[in-house]
Amino acid sequence: MTDRYLELVNSGLTQKLAQQLGLPRPAVLRRHRPGRPLLDGPALVLGTGPDADLVARLLSSPAGGAPTTGETPAVLDGWDVEVHRHATPDVRYAAVVLVLTGVEHPDDLTAPVLAAASTLKRLRPGGRVVTLSHPALDSDAPAVAAARQGVDGFLRSLAKELRQGATGNGVVVAPGVPVSAPSVVAALRFFLSARSAFVDGQLLEVDSAAGELPTDWEKPLAGKVAVVTGAARGIGAAIADVLARDGASVVAVDVPAAGEQLAQVANRVRGTALQLDVTAPDAGDRIIAHAKARHGRLDVVVHNAGITRDKLLANMSDDRWASVLAVNIAAQLRINEALLTSGDFADEPRIVSLASTSGIAGNRGQTNYAASKGGVIGMVRATAPLLAPFGGTANAVAPGFIETEMTARIPAVTRQVARRLNSLQQGGQPVDVAEAIAFLASPAAGGILGRTLRVCGQNMVGR
Amino acid sequence: MATRTPSTSPTPRAAYVLGGNRIPFARAGGKYAQASNQDMLTAALDGLVARYGLQGESIGEVAAGAVLKHSRDFNLTREAVLGSALAPTTPAYDVQQACATGLETVVSLSNKIRLGQLESAIAGGVDTTSDAPIAVSEKLRRVLLDVSHAKTPQQRLQALARLRPKDLAPATPRTSEPRTHLSMGEHQALTTAQWEITREAQDEVALRSHQRLAAAYDDGFFDDLVTPYRGLTRDANLRADTSLEKLAKLKPTFGLGLDAPATMTAGNSTPLTDGASTVLLGSADWAAAHDLTPLAAVVDAEAGAVDFVHGVDGLLMAPVFAVPRLLARHGLRLEDLEYVEIHEAFASTVLTTLAAWGSEEFGRERLGLDGAFGTVDPARLNVHGSSLAAGHPFAATGGRIVATIAKELHARRASQVAAGDDSPVRALVSVCAAGGLGLTALLEAA
Repeated sequence: MTDRYLELVNSGLTQKLAQQLGLPRPAVLRRHRPGRPLLDGPALVLGTGPDADLVARLLSSPAGGAPTTGETPAVLDGWDVEVHRHATPDVRYAAVVLVLTGVEHPDDLTAPVLAAASTLKRLRPGGRVVTLSHPALDSDAPAVAAARQGVDGFLRSLAKELRQGATGNGVVVAPGVPVSAPSVVAALRFFLSARSAFVDGQLLEVDSAAGELPTDWEKPLAGKVAVVTGAARGIGAAIADVLARDGASVVAVDVPAAGEQLAQVANRVRGTALQLDVTAPDAGDRIIAHAKARHGRLDVVVHNAGITRDKLLANMSDDRWASVLAVNIAAQLRINEALLTSGDFADEPRIVSLASTSGIAGNRGQTNYAASKGGVIGMVRATAPLLAPFGGTANAVAPGFIETEMTARIPAVTRQVARRLNSLQQGGQPVDVAEAIAFLASPAAGGILGRTLRVCGQNMVGR
Repeated sequence: MATRTPSTSPTPRAAYVLGGNRIPFARAGGKYAQASNQDMLTAALDGLVARYGLQGESIGEVAAGAVLKHSRDFNLTREAVLGSALAPTTPAYDVQQACATGLETVVSLSNKIRLGQLESAIAGGVDTTSDAPIAVSEKLRRVLLDVSHAKTPQQRLQALARLRPKDLAPATPRTSEPRTHLSMGEHQALTTAQWEITREAQDEVALRSHQRLAAAYDDGFFDDLVTPYRGLTRDANLRADTSLEKLAKLKPTFGLGLDAPATMTAGNSTPLTDGASTVLLGSADWAAAHDLTPLAAVVDAEAGAVDFVHGVDGLLMAPVFAVPRLLARHGLRLEDLEYVEIHEAFASTVLTTLAAWGSEEFGRERLGLDGAFGTVDPARLNVHGSSLAAGHPFAATGGRIVATIAKELHARRASQVAAGDDSPVRALVSVCAAGGLGLTALLEAA
């Protein structure tokens, strides 16, 4: 699905015109291509203390690792980025990382924040600002809680100020979890990378030190078997593509009626096609049986299959309400039940489910859809603890406005407005959702438990 | 010099049906009106590849064919393979044995596997009556050839001058028998009359076919046998809501000139159909190496033919003679078979076949038996419907039947074994064909 407006404001005469008229000028986002460097310029790591030092060393160390020096523990594998610890005038940074885990008073934010501020006008297109901080807890001293919660407000506001496809996101590290924990490292890398192109203004909590870093960041899913429901088209097909690109063997699932496109997806990703209605009572058993028989194991289940039957609640028919709930949430619950009781989904399993910003902020005409998607958010929160004993997790991704066949059916003017209502002033691509799902499905994300990550370009509604 | 072991005739190893895939069958001029044989066969292959994860796999051999074939499709199967997700190093060949084409590919490839020549194979077939070749008249063809052979403009003009307006009319393909000029339906009408098959009995066969096929779709039985194509998700000919009353209202279309009452209608005859089917075959080793489950072994096959031109036997009666020979080779009776699949070219084909097998006189005089060959319980006959409901794209029918019954055999055997019964579960597949041909095969659940 193309966004004509985005093309116009990025080319030729119309680009100048948009500039002179002060029209919104969404940028063409940088997206992940295997083999490209993590960042296309130097990174600035701000903050003091061992956590900041560790992050700086992680970014700057060569691939392959660096030994222990003094107080700083060894870095197993670095990202080979040019790192500055102080803002150098005139340098165009590709990323600014604010390590704020040590803040104890709102005053402690001043120095790193103002240092970051000095770089923003020269931030490269598609630049990244990432904060690392601890969550504000009820048990914190008031000044500590204020400083920590302050990071939240600061980051969300800064993300709204960034331009040219730059994004701001934060990793919120639970108490007791080291900054070197796999999920912290992987989340930091995800937010710095082009994989998070349409993730903006989000603070992702890391709950534990579980998880395992990949030996190859280009193939984080190597050896894993992943099931994707609703894989015949749109976001589901993109998920299958990205999971396969990241090394997974993919079982592409969709209703029998979508079999033709499903076969094309399965052949493209060199996986297998399983024609199956996820609402069938035995869907979970059939998914497990297929994955085990054909691929020997099952590691990842992506619950992507979903439908919309929009109507104002006053006009809602029983069928419209029931079918949306049946496909979007009841089927997932039933399949998860089968997965949990099978004994075949117990080796660091991952469930990643599709929520929606409608389920967070609400959307007129989507009471049924929002109930199901809100349900997904609750479901993953309650499912993650059940999987944690096996090193497993369940998380959700909540897409905002994504350019798909589904959103292409929205009336033109409404669609144009909906696209612009986020900090990146454009709709996301299916691949943007897929990247977030691939990240949460990866072994490194084992410490992210029951969370919902928004992929919405920082939509104006909701958190 | 190494010691030579005594030469014994080795028992061939088993060849298994590992799965299948077909596209839904369309009525002629319907959803696949713009699809060629190559398009459909490629789609059926790609669906099979997707289901079993065979992308880039070099399969031992692919054999398929079409009954109605363009001359440009001289290498139809190989071209379909090249257009599919299979490895381009997969060899392929075309087969053409009228309506038995599909089953013949299964038989011949299974035999190659049994002999150790192949580890894996894909059998298949495709046909379109929507995209059938249209030939020029014999006279025009002759003239055009002479024009191309002519050396001077004068010779060319002379050749062209022989043409008359009527020579420009195209010759469309026909399904009539070259030797009798009777259509298949007219032939079967003769056999129907000969065996005194009633209209009601034929309509019952048709109704059962539709009901069973519809039920199988509703149960999801075809979820791993059929991949939708061009917007079609079920066989277009399927009428789940048909009834004896509706079937009874149809006017007879064949046998109108006979003394006997005309009983064959569009409802109890197969319509012209477009479609394609494939069957994945392999040795036990190849199946294990590819994490595939053998569904059924292709045990044996027997072809037959009748002299329908001069003799008393009907055009489509060859299986009546082939099946007794096939079963005798294995010491089996009809009653020993858990499933019997008789291709429903016409409802009356099934009924005349069963009538012949049930006849004491026919058994003694024509089959050389002590009495009647046997009977088939309708509960074991065409259990998930057959061609009357699904349609019959000639060369694709064999693959449809084999994949369907292999899945059923495997499921039946699994439930039997679970109940402590280890006895073999067998199926007979019988396909009649133009030219008085018939091909039959014996399958046993793995």
